[in-house]
Amino acid sequence: MTEPIIYELGAPGRCAARLPDLDVPRAELPPAPLLRDDLNLPEVTEGDLMRHYVHLSQMNHGVDVGFYPLGSCTMKYNPKINEDMARLPGLVETHPYQPEETVQGNLRLMYELQEALKAITGFTAVSLQPAAGAHGELAGVLMIRNYHQSRGDTQRTLMLIPDSAHGTNPATTAMAGFEMVELKSDNRGNVDLDDLRAHLSDRVAGMMLTNPNTLGLFDENILEITRLVHEAGGLMYGDGANMNALLGITKPAETGFDVMHLNLHKTFSTPHGGGGPGSGPVGASPALAEFVPGPIVYAEEALIAEDEVDAENGNGNNAADSPSEYHRGTWYSLRMPPQSIGRLKSFYGHFGVMVRAYTYIRMLGAAGLLEVTEAAVLNANYLQVILKEVYPLSYDRTCMHEFVLRGEVEEAPDIRALDISKRLIDYGMHPPTNYFPLIVPEALMIEPTETESKRTLDAFVDAMTKIAEEARTNPELLHEAPHKAPVTRLDEVRAARNLILRWQPDGE
Amino acid sequence: MAVKVHPDCRYTKSHEWVRMEGEHAYAGITDYAQTQLSDIVYVELPEPGDSFSQGEIYAVVESVKAASDCYLPVAGEIVEINEELEDTPDLVNQDCYGEGWFVRILVEDPDEVEDLMDAEEYRQFAEEAEEEGAH
Repeated sequence: MTEPIIYELGAPGRCAARLPDLDVPRAELPPAPLLRDDLNLPEVTEGDLMRHYVHLSQMNHGVDVGFYPLGSCTMKYNPKINEDMARLPGLVETHPYQPEETVQGNLRLMYELQEALKAITGFTAVSLQPAAGAHGELAGVLMIRNYHQSRGDTQRTLMLIPDSAHGTNPATTAMAGFEMVELKSDNRGNVDLDDLRAHLSDRVAGMMLTNPNTLGLFDENILEITRLVHEAGGLMYGDGANMNALLGITKPAETGFDVMHLNLHKTFSTPHGGGGPGSGPVGASPALAEFVPGPIVYAEEALIAEDEVDAENGNGNNAADSPSEYHRGTWYSLRMPPQSIGRLKSFYGHFGVMVRAYTYIRMLGAAGLLEVTEAAVLNANYLQVILKEVYPLSYDRTCMHEFVLRGEVEEAPDIRALDISKRLIDYGMHPPTNYFPLIVPEALMIEPTETESKRTLDAFVDAMTKIAEEARTNPELLHEAPHKAPVTRLDEVRAARNLILRWQPDGE
Repeated sequence: MAVKVHPDCRYTKSHEWVRMEGEHAYAGITDYAQTQLSDIVYVELPEPGDSFSQGEIYAVVESVKAASDCYLPVAGEIVEINEELEDTPDLVNQDCYGEGWFVRILVEDPDEVEDLMDAEEYRQFAEEAEEEGAH
């Protein structure tokens, strides 16, 4: 490593802040077992501290540094106005324990975000509770479980999942107590309809489907799939990870999904970790609307006493038929939906993330969101058409927002997807998703997103083309890559076999 | 790439092998499976005494690329597990039909073994699977 860890930078007694002498009575300390004096805390100056973390941030690769075509993750540029809005004092300086009447603005923002997501997806209800995509999945599958239980239909214990699914789908299924049944893909990358028919029965609770799937392909039989599952009494769960391909084009509810999560941190330009937590709102069809996790925000017309709100709120007016100290307006309140699966998160979900997604949606509007999808799909197809001449493409169809190449180079049999990915780092680009989906050998899953210019896309094509050439002429260059990163090739196998999860000072 | 098989084993379509020795059978994953998975970093095995039906998930194998379920080729009770794999899972990469065995099973119905593919049938099956993956 080129940067020591912070413990190695320190020296005993060094510190960033000096406290004044104690000028109040000394308090009694708690008894011994509650206090620890063996905690090894770093002792550094403020300057050391600042430089250390700035150095680390400089080693990092993010969307603000360079191209980041990590398939299925939708690493689009996050507009900075999102951050400005999320830092508005009126939003930052509120607390979830405040009385409802003092946070009507926050609740209105949440309500309008629920409504926007309903309009985008076509669903009847949206809950903003889940904290991430997989959390939204769990919400959706628990809703399906409670739906069947509420009807006394308890023999439905099977969940159908295509072999191209995200790994979280089987995990969610297991956590919700269902048994997973894997469905095959056909040779066009769609769900194999015969395999689906063969597995449908009155034991099927539902099916989890990502559309477009992880190959970046829109299932050509989507309406037939959802019809068949419904006919068998099952419900359709949609994995919304790939929603960036659908905005303004089609609505999941209209293609037969009963419940789906959205990743605000993918489709709606909020940060992926680091800059903030994720958010995985879940939307539901009429059948499942009452089951969404809660509380969610409801809006109703009401007579609002003037002293209950600080400022004029919403579309209130001082109509003559209201008493002078009241006005008619919209009142926002948090309530549990009637058959809710309950709370999934403390308080009301990740509010700061909601502010960013709301800003993004309001800045773009319906026409802007449609353009997002059009450009995302165009960018992916531009890259696919050029790069399929350089690397094999297993499923050669017009793609949606991403596509999957095989990281194989003719005349260079020892080169694997991992080598190509590591070499891309030397070209200043983040590698694509590796070895996923599992149905494509040596998979390289590429998602450029709509926020990249043709210039960046062409630079990526150049890099991928040069790497294929290097694979033929100088394979060692790839095997040993990256060369320009802070660390060169890491021994992933050794790291996984000999887990050392915590740094220890010398001699301990 | 040639698919390596062991002449005394029987094989499943999910790339497990089983080899009878008396009323017991040894089981593991095939050379094709370990090649597809690449470097194996962890093998999660059942407890001796656990019983499974044929085709039931009994183990999980994890590589740097993926985690995969393993299905027991024949019904029976696990009488022994290969404890070496806990510290040296790479035995599966080095010698999948020998030192890299997973479990020893008390087989319920030896006829189940006979219904599985023999070495030559499996070799053809795996080679086709390999080509199909590259379609």
